[in-house]
Amino acid sequence: MVRWKRALPSLAVMALLIATWWALVVATHSVVFPTPWQVVTGTLELIRDGTLWQHIGASLFRVGAGFSLAVAVGVPLGLWMGWVRGAFTTLNPIFQILRPISPIAWIPIAILWFGVGNASPIYLIFISSVFPMVVQTTAGVHTIERRYLRAAENFGVSRSTLFRQVVIPAVLPQIIVGMRVGLGVAWLVVVAAEMIALRSGLGYLIIDSRNAGNRYDLVIAGMIIIGSIGLLLDGLMRLLEGLERVRWRYAH
Amino acid sequence: MPTKIEVKDVRKSFLGKEGPLRVVEGVSFSVGDGELVAIVGPSGCGKTTLMNLIAGFERPDRGSIRIDGAELMGSSPKGILISQHGSVFPWLTVRENLMFGLNGRTRSEKEALADHYAAMVGLTGFERSYPHELSGGMLKRAELARALVVKPEILYMDEPFSALDALMNLRMRGELLRILAEERHTVLLITHDVEEAIHIADRILVLTPRPAQVQAAFEVALPHPRKLTSPEVQELRVAILRELGVDR
Repeated sequence: MVRWKRALPSLAVMALLIATWWALVVATHSVVFPTPWQVVTGTLELIRDGTLWQHIGASLFRVGAGFSLAVAVGVPLGLWMGWVRGAFTTLNPIFQILRPISPIAWIPIAILWFGVGNASPIYLIFISSVFPMVVQTTAGVHTIERRYLRAAENFGVSRSTLFRQVVIPAVLPQIIVGMRVGLGVAWLVVVAAEMIALRSGLGYLIIDSRNAGNRYDLVIAGMIIIGSIGLLLDGLMRLLEGLERVRWRYAH
Repeated sequence: MPTKIEVKDVRKSFLGKEGPLRVVEGVSFSVGDGELVAIVGPSGCGKTTLMNLIAGFERPDRGSIRIDGAELMGSSPKGILISQHGSVFPWLTVRENLMFGLNGRTRSEKEALADHYAAMVGLTGFERSYPHELSGGMLKRAELARALVVKPEILYMDEPFSALDALMNLRMRGELLRILAEERHTVLLITHDVEEAIHIADRILVLTPRPAQVQAAFEVALPHPRKLTSPEVQELRVAILRELGVDR
């Protein structure tokens, strides 16, 4: 009950926005810009002919592949850079230069290297989500409190125990934050990447709907679906923050 | 009583903004096997630095620290430090924390040992709890148990109970004395609480303000349990406070 009450204002604003949108479309007699109801029927159309699932599946596959690759590379790299001083001083300047480059700027190079198949968007997703993960993981290692490292040193444990029971669990909350940021960026980028030349994905759906007969109802439907799935993915990553092993970091 | 810890003319300075900052300047003392020596001194006098040197986390600039007659080469499980801010790993359960320093045993042996020491400090029923679910006093008990479980010959305690409230502080002193009666350890305790030192120590060293030097030493030749209200304790307290520059 209480949760419903808290959601009420935001639901009311949403309803108001939709109503305003509807009223404006009707008042201006726009032939191109759709009403909310047209967006709903457009979405139903996509569901009925099955293309919606194909587009969602294609986008999720690309994000899944690029993001997994980024985790597999970014986390170990971040741990290494955090732990070994020389690795940090050598690689950090390079990352600091590469990091601010928008993934969109990589598109020409991605096409040159990987063509217009799946490999290009996967590469773009990888390049955009790997940096936040490296940065967060490195910062995580650097911020391990010295008292914990000293305690580990004091007990004279092996290097592998030190890593398994101190370094990695200490950094895990930061790794999860990095993953959350990385996945968010990955989802942003997949849509942009799919606007190039592929024949599937939610980004393609949006561009194709516009090009093939000004179907703006489908454009907006695509946008809303992208937003909803993004929210869902973030919620999924939030579940990781609830794990028993990392709750100490978020508890207070 | 054989000598356990021997500190000889130890000096340590750090690089400050205005040249080297002398923190410890020619400290010498020794601690006998099984003795509980407390070091008191004004805050910021270099007590913690001295402790880090003796526990092997930092190297002195000059002088020597010998444990059992052998030059100290760094920290080892022979002497476990219980630090002021605590270092129980928040990502491990109480049991996992206690098992952390145990090697070369089977898992069930480690668990049994961990649970035995958890019981000794009164943490039965909390073995599977995470540190953030414990109170401050329980956290200190967990830290103490984690140190005891590896059977260190020396316990280095740096203001171990200062973050606790007065009542819990008093109770933890009692617990510590009870445990020390069971398992004989050499203890070096750093504190700013004169009463705490008199309550549990065999000998008390008073340090000067920074750079730290040993200014005075007091034997506490009173049998346990000590009554803090007794005239002997009060007399000693006044004498130590006078050394610290607090005349009352």
